[in-house]
Amino acid sequence: MTLPLQESNRAIITVLGCDQIGIIAWVTGRLAEYSVNILDISQTIISGFFTMIMVVDLDPANIELVALSRMLEDQGKVKGLQVKVQHEDIFAFMHRI
Amino acid sequence: MTITFAREEIQQTLKMIHEENLDIRTITMGISLLDCGSEDINRLEQKIYDKVVRNAGSLVSVGEKISARYGIPIINKRVSVTPIAIMAANMNSEEMVRIAKALDRAAREVGVNFIGGFSALVQKGFTVGDRALIEAIPQALSETEFICSSVNIGTTKSGINMDAVLKMGNVVLRCAQLTADKDGIAAAKLVVFCNAPEDNPFMAGSFHGVGEPECVINVGVSGPGVVAKVVKKYPEADFSELSNLIKQTAFKITRMGELIGRAASKALDVPFGIVDLSLAPTPAVGDSVAEILENMGLERCGTHGTTAALALLNDAVKKGGAMASSHVGGLSGAFIPVSEDAGMVKAVEVGALTLDKLEAMTCVCSVGLDMIALPGDVSAETISAIIADEAAIGMINKKTTAVRVIPAIGKKAGDRVEFGGLLGGAPVMDIHPFSSKMFVNRGGRIPAPIISLTN
Repeated sequence: MTLPLQESNRAIITVLGCDQIGIIAWVTGRLAEYSVNILDISQTIISGFFTMIMVVDLDPANIELVALSRMLEDQGKVKGLQVKVQHEDIFAFMHRI
Repeated sequence: MTITFAREEIQQTLKMIHEENLDIRTITMGISLLDCGSEDINRLEQKIYDKVVRNAGSLVSVGEKISARYGIPIINKRVSVTPIAIMAANMNSEEMVRIAKALDRAAREVGVNFIGGFSALVQKGFTVGDRALIEAIPQALSETEFICSSVNIGTTKSGINMDAVLKMGNVVLRCAQLTADKDGIAAAKLVVFCNAPEDNPFMAGSFHGVGEPECVINVGVSGPGVVAKVVKKYPEADFSELSNLIKQTAFKITRMGELIGRAASKALDVPFGIVDLSLAPTPAVGDSVAEILENMGLERCGTHGTTAALALLNDAVKKGGAMASSHVGGLSGAFIPVSEDAGMVKAVEVGALTLDKLEAMTCVCSVGLDMIALPGDVSAETISAIIADEAAIGMINKKTTAVRVIPAIGKKAGDRVEFGGLLGGAPVMDIHPFSSKMFVNRGGRIPAPIISLTN
């Protein structure tokens, strides 16, 4: 029961939606703009459905996690994409003992 | 650096939240009002108002921030306080109503959706304050919006105070009568307990026990939909496998409560009390405890086998949940409210689920006869007898049981009542036509059972 809480500033970004040109360019562009460092990207397309999972570090960033989340979610919606930005602890707590 | 989580794990979490209604049902801040006593009602009102607002002022905004940070909905932010009959024992019943209104104003000011603790603990008898508070309940609940009330009428250690049981039958009925135009909503905010826990985050029965610290954060999780989906996915699983699947799922659900509790505690600088691992259903389709039982292989919840299915579910949820949290507390069992669970409502409508079966089900799970609409012509004595039966189950089985029934004034069995929101709506259920009047009027106390002698 000694999992670190809020010590890291890493978040998981998930992007789901119909495949289209420029999804990664859009996300990474916005992240660069706010100095959010990308640690890892994993992306697949299953029968036209785009799924991307990204691990990012907000330590160097000049935006808060919640604000980043709101922005990407809103802008994603316009493009028909479901974007979620969540602190990594939610996954750590659920899946790691 | 590689992704530290498997793609499947991340997708599973998202699916649980977005498709299976996983959420945090409530963050409840318990606040002690023991230092707010006064001889003067005006002064007392001011002190409790100020204390609630001072402690819970940022509860809602912190809850929203945490919800956004982790991407999981936190449905309710609530406050519970020291039982008012204890902290304001010198007040009369009109003054008790004023206290309820002061708390109601405080709840409105801080933006919480319920405040619990308009409560009395009378398992062995009444103090002057207990009598005044109980007398004030119908008016207090019908003239406020956010107040929840509870009265503990029995414990395993003390037996059952049948004078209080008789009184509460009348109080429940009066609550419904005073709010008859709103389908008796005041009765939906009143719980009659046996073995009431002091750290329960769930309403309407939440209060801040006298053994609790100055201020504390308790968390209640939800997640019947997640369990229902898992059970549905494995129709071939035998009972050992089924129990394991539920345990694993309950672990994950309860971990969310632990995470949010720790985060809220840190952000508010208030100690973290407990996670209540109860699977709390909502009226939303797919967020139903009844559906879990049906997915186990019952045609309708309430048919033969339902009690066994619920026993397995409740035990597996506890086993999985207990490992997920440092401190599990509150009610911590599967809830089986009728109006708040679409599957239960359906089961009642088709005649599969009766009041007697619900009573049997409460022997193996928390928490009691919950959110059940009774015919409007039900007598106070019959309500008392229903309370007595439920309290007896709690007393003998050393568990919490409760009764939250709503007499539907002017309606009969089969008619529908609507409470709205999380409280849902339900068909009015049938009751036995035979009288219990002489029994509940005997007065006195049912002695504590032999199992209470544990020392």
